[in-house]
Amino acid sequence: MSDVSESFEIPKREAEPWRLLVGRMLHHKGVMIGGLILVVVVLAAVFAPFITQYDPLQQSLSGRLQPPFWMERGSADHVLGTDHLGRDYLARLLYGARVSLLIGFTTALISGSIGTFLGVLAGYFGGRTDSVVMFLVTVKLSIPTILVALAVVQLVGGSLQIVILVLGLLLWHQFAVVTRATTMQIRGMDYITAAETVGCSTFRILLTEVLPNVLNQIIVVLTLTMASAILIEAALSFLGVGVQPPTPSWGIMIAEGKQHLFFKPWLVMIPGVALLVVVLAINLLGDGMRDVTAPEKR
Amino acid sequence: MLKFLIRRILLAISVAVCVSILTFGLLHIATDPAIAIAGEDASAEEIQSLRIAYGFDRPLYVQYADWLSKAVRGDLGVSPYFGLEVRSLIADRLPITIKLGSLSIIFALVLGIPLGVIAAIYPNTLIDRLSLSVAVFGQAIPNFWFGLLLIYVMSVQLRLLPASGTEGIQSFIMPMIVLGTNAVPAIMRLTRTGMLEVLGSDYIRTAWAKGMLPRQVYVKHALRNAVVPVVSVAAIQAAHMLGGSIVVEAVFALHGLGSLAYESILRSDIPTMQAIIILFSSFFIIFSALSDIANAYIDPRIRIL
Repeated sequence: MSDVSESFEIPKREAEPWRLLVGRMLHHKGVMIGGLILVVVVLAAVFAPFITQYDPLQQSLSGRLQPPFWMERGSADHVLGTDHLGRDYLARLLYGARVSLLIGFTTALISGSIGTFLGVLAGYFGGRTDSVVMFLVTVKLSIPTILVALAVVQLVGGSLQIVILVLGLLLWHQFAVVTRATTMQIRGMDYITAAETVGCSTFRILLTEVLPNVLNQIIVVLTLTMASAILIEAALSFLGVGVQPPTPSWGIMIAEGKQHLFFKPWLVMIPGVALLVVVLAINLLGDGMRDVTAPEKR
Repeated sequence: MLKFLIRRILLAISVAVCVSILTFGLLHIATDPAIAIAGEDASAEEIQSLRIAYGFDRPLYVQYADWLSKAVRGDLGVSPYFGLEVRSLIADRLPITIKLGSLSIIFALVLGIPLGVIAAIYPNTLIDRLSLSVAVFGQAIPNFWFGLLLIYVMSVQLRLLPASGTEGIQSFIMPMIVLGTNAVPAIMRLTRTGMLEVLGSDYIRTAWAKGMLPRQVYVKHALRNAVVPVVSVAAIQAAHMLGGSIVVEAVFALHGLGSLAYESILRSDIPTMQAIIILFSSFFIIFSALSDIANAYIDPRIRIL
């Protein structure tokens, strides 16, 4: 009898998957650095009114083109100086972060919904559905994104909503490709077959069995799409065909500063560096999340 | 192979037709082309007469069929803003953009492939990290801002290169760097993973065992095999560069196709816009079809489509 009790060892409890995931995230440099920068930027954008007392639209004819504090004649009144209309540059930068983040996030959500819907359908049903979706992806890839975005936004009239809508409709292909591939992989898994055998409706299987299992990939693509949406919005606004002035957008700030590139280069440098840092942070986070969520691919 | 070829070409044609229907519809739904030509403050009669004169009163599918039947014969219509044939406008501007695009893709290959090779030969070293961070930066830097940065450093501070214009090859150096940088990350990463994969294979071990020189192993055996997917990605990147040329040509005041597209967009010049969109997407469709066909020629396994 004593032999039997010895052979029954209580198996060590395996840590829950999400705990492992969080643990890996905490040890990944890219995720931590990118995430940290992003959190700081989001906080700065949300609490902009508490960081600066200036209104980003408030002009001041007497205080135009003041340099930032670290330069000669710079003052602590306007930490990053003022633009050609005397508007406080820090205030415009902070409120501009709101525009960039809002466009990046909502665009990624819209295109994520479209792409995931198509990708999961294609991966689950295969066959003709798959061919149609893949054809749509090929067509989408063949459309020159910036050109069509510029043309449609200009013709309809530039505004925050239009930019979000147009970019949302133009950036879904990566979601479709990635969710399709993952859905195909899990399509033959036992738990899907089990759900089918039990008689779950297709809708329910897609929603409760498939979707949670492609969520990791969706989050990765979500971050990378957010970065490209922010870059494209800035380019559109830089070309004067996007969010319209006087809304503070980093692209508009760079375009307005361009006239003063020769003598006041900081007008171009400050919003550009902000743009670079935010996109870099999001990409670091996205690339890192890919490493962390797909440990078998490392 | 012939069957594959026919199927791939049919796919390319149907994609091109779909793109043209989509963009034609999109542009005509987004605005009333008659108002776009007449201007915001034209009277209702003026707009109505323009509508009839240009045929905008017909159903959209008739207008599309009309446009398509002319377009396949090379007639892209007349630009209402420039008052010239769209075909001759494009022919005028095409050489500058082709020159810019080819210089940029060469720049991207010359920078991206060696970076990828070096990173793969010395994986997880400082050199590897450095080239990876080049790729990360190349991906994140806004190209219009990068252009302004270069202008500030090279033209304003160092006075080495002209800030704008198309005189001589110097004017193309900065636009080439900016546009090429967009493609460097993809090329570099792909070369690196390709090389890493090949370097771990048996025939490379055999080559080492035979006592071949490192240079011969890396270049003759490894790179030749690793570079195949890079070529197809480079073809696609080259097509993408046409889209990027809008922004880059605007920054450097180059008068190529990109700036023609930009001008036509600002003036709501729909025939020109439509033609350039179709031209850019045709480049993409043709390049990706060519690279697929080239890959299928090299690797018969791909032919089963």
